[in-house]
Amino acid sequence: MTGTVELLRAFVRRDRWLYLWWGIAVALLYVSQAWSVDGLYTTQAEFDKAAAGMESNAALIAMTGPARALNTTGGQVTWQAAAFGVICAGLMSMLVVGRHTRAEEESGRDELLRAAPVGRYAPMTAALLDAMIANIVLGVLVGGSLVAYGLAVADSVALGVGLIFSGWFFAGVALVTMQLTTSTRAAYGLTGAVIGIAYVLRAIGDVSAPALSWLSPIGWYQAMHAFSGLRWWPAVLPAAGAVVVVAVARSVFDRRDFGSGVLPARPGPGRAGAGLTSGFGLAWRLQRPAFAGWAFGLLLCGVSFGSLGDDVTDIVGDSSYSHDVILQGSSNVVDGFYATLIVMLALLAGGFAISSALRPHTEEDAGRVESLLTTALPRSTWLGGHVAVTGLGTIVVLALTGLGLGASYAVVTGDTGALLRLSVPLLTFTPAVLTLSGLARLLHGAAPRASALAWLGLALSAVVLFFGDVLNLPPWIQDASPFEHLALMPLQDFRLTPFLVLCGVAVAFSAAGQVAFRRRDIA
Amino acid sequence: MAEAVIDVRGLVKTFGQQRALDGLDLSVRLGEVHGFLGPNGAGKSTTIRVLLGLLRKDAGEVTLFGGDPWRDAAPLHRRLAYVPGDVNLWPNLTGGEVIDLLGRLRGGLDQARRGALLERFELDPTKKGRSYSKGNRQKVALVAALASDVELLVLDEPTSGLDPLMESVFRDCIDDFRADGHTVLLSSHILAEVERLCDRVSIIRAGRCVESGSLAELRHLTRTSIAADLDTVPDGLAELPGVHDVEVDGRRVHLEVDTTKLDGLLDALQTGGVRSLLSQPPTLEDLFLRHYGDRIDPAEEVLAK
Repeated sequence: MTGTVELLRAFVRRDRWLYLWWGIAVALLYVSQAWSVDGLYTTQAEFDKAAAGMESNAALIAMTGPARALNTTGGQVTWQAAAFGVICAGLMSMLVVGRHTRAEEESGRDELLRAAPVGRYAPMTAALLDAMIANIVLGVLVGGSLVAYGLAVADSVALGVGLIFSGWFFAGVALVTMQLTTSTRAAYGLTGAVIGIAYVLRAIGDVSAPALSWLSPIGWYQAMHAFSGLRWWPAVLPAAGAVVVVAVARSVFDRRDFGSGVLPARPGPGRAGAGLTSGFGLAWRLQRPAFAGWAFGLLLCGVSFGSLGDDVTDIVGDSSYSHDVILQGSSNVVDGFYATLIVMLALLAGGFAISSALRPHTEEDAGRVESLLTTALPRSTWLGGHVAVTGLGTIVVLALTGLGLGASYAVVTGDTGALLRLSVPLLTFTPAVLTLSGLARLLHGAAPRASALAWLGLALSAVVLFFGDVLNLPPWIQDASPFEHLALMPLQDFRLTPFLVLCGVAVAFSAAGQVAFRRRDIA
Repeated sequence: MAEAVIDVRGLVKTFGQQRALDGLDLSVRLGEVHGFLGPNGAGKSTTIRVLLGLLRKDAGEVTLFGGDPWRDAAPLHRRLAYVPGDVNLWPNLTGGEVIDLLGRLRGGLDQARRGALLERFELDPTKKGRSYSKGNRQKVALVAALASDVELLVLDEPTSGLDPLMESVFRDCIDDFRADGHTVLLSSHILAEVERLCDRVSIIRAGRCVESGSLAELRHLTRTSIAADLDTVPDGLAELPGVHDVEVDGRRVHLEVDTTKLDGLLDALQTGGVRSLLSQPPTLEDLFLRHYGDRIDPAEEVLAK
């Protein structure tokens, strides 16, 4: 254990901003629920009506958790935020543990460290303690901000404490998976799968088989019943679970060699398949995993929002925020709600489009481009492959999201016409989404070091959508968001002119970026 | 004179304020292995990246196979293969996939040679990019380059990370490649490798070529060290033209002589009756140190910056 304290100090120093940002983001996740609930419903009667609608919606319960005291602010906070809070704490613990254990071992830095007078267990102990501290910061920020908001102190503290223990549990799980695989990415995949299973177990459990929820760390946290008859004893479960998984991690660590894992690294094909012959083939191969993740995630979003069906009438409430922002000033609640939701989903698809458009920049940064561009592959063809993946990928992601939304709405309401009515509008946002990726392409071509600024386009569009009218942003800022110019289907009728103009803008941005890339030095 | 595969005259490349290449000349002839020498930061990689059309020149003339490496990059690249000093592979592609991909993009891979090279370099093509060591990543790039049907190899410190056994496999491969009448531009720090492989050498410093020619020609530019046992040590050895650092220890003499003035010295030594004579021609290391060693003129240092 020699050196644990020094290592821990170094880790905390490296991670302190990471803790803080995760903590603030997760605390916002909790508090924003309280804030939005209090903003949405002006009277308790309205709140009761909405709560009754939510309680009877199995899809919502599967998404969030057991419906308890939904007509109170605290009950809503627990219901909406608890499951995602644990997922966030789990992911943060996984990243903190991973970057100081397997990632260091994989890069060879750990070897340098281990040659120094450092105990065998010191790096993993320090990484675990580091993750525990990170979760304490997270829990304190969550509990503290709920108390500051004015919710009941004991229940707020319980939400924080339960989150800390849940985070510790997943830190232990990550410590085990880091021993199992030789690559950090694969270990992240395994940890993510454990978190996913925990989420699914409690989803099934909360809807139909309560026993299953007791197998899930997320279920343990929700079993504390914060703001609805608080009980502390379920918090013992994740704490005890953490002790068990850490002991497992240690015994696996004792049985493996440095640099190796328990699971063998699988060999791949010794020869390239027929797909790997062109710039497009390579771009698709490289972007496929990210594309699949985004497509699946957004499809799920579409399905879960579509499953709200017509219940949105009660959920949306009657405040001025919901009238202005969620319903876009319309009195047709269902269409207004879905019109806004569709823009929101299109914005999320913008995340895929931008990260896909920045992939060539990542490749260039990692030094993997020069060996390609010194073959007979022209620059334009190499980049063109990535452009095609971004363009087609965006269309497919939008189409899948729309299909998920329309299909699940149609199933819940029996209104088959909704399949097209809700899925086509997402596709009409294609030019707006591609304008964002075109901006990224332009930055990569003309000013590669400023590429990351492309995300500002997405941030601006989101701010304009949610707060443009509330904050009275000047019109030129609102007009800068490409999403503002398109018709809000199904609330409004499709307008061809802005659609075509934005198509032109997207193509112009992308083309300018490609021309600039052809003319500049390769980093 | 043989046809020049690479011809660079007065090449200038600046990065902001920094002048990385400052009027560089380089000529590589058909069928030769050309050594490209210089310390870190002298501009070797920058030159190569201009030759490959990755960087755009600021001034000067650059031709590759008689074409413009910037404008005609892709068609010219069909005829060459490049191995960078620091090979970065895609973490989720196997070595075999990368070899096939690069070979296909170059316009064809000799399957029989691919198999033979994998065996000679003892490389497992089924491992993923992330699990290769530095030496193995280098082998992936070397196999991909050597198995392609090309006329020119551009190698930027290709053996960094290879063990001595693999270095010797590499040297054999280069010999075979040259025997087919092909051309190699080899940038390297490993002087023994350059001495063993190269027909001609260019030494660059601070973005300029300071010496270029065959090793035999370059040797004339520097000194040979002589150790001799004599019956009597003749007077005035130190005054002979081109003779330096004379040390007399009884009847034993150590000295350095400019290689072009060797004749005059031998005549003088003979008058003393030579019992034994040891003559050591300059190594590449001597040549290199002559340009980079302790003789760096401070004024020139400032200019270089």
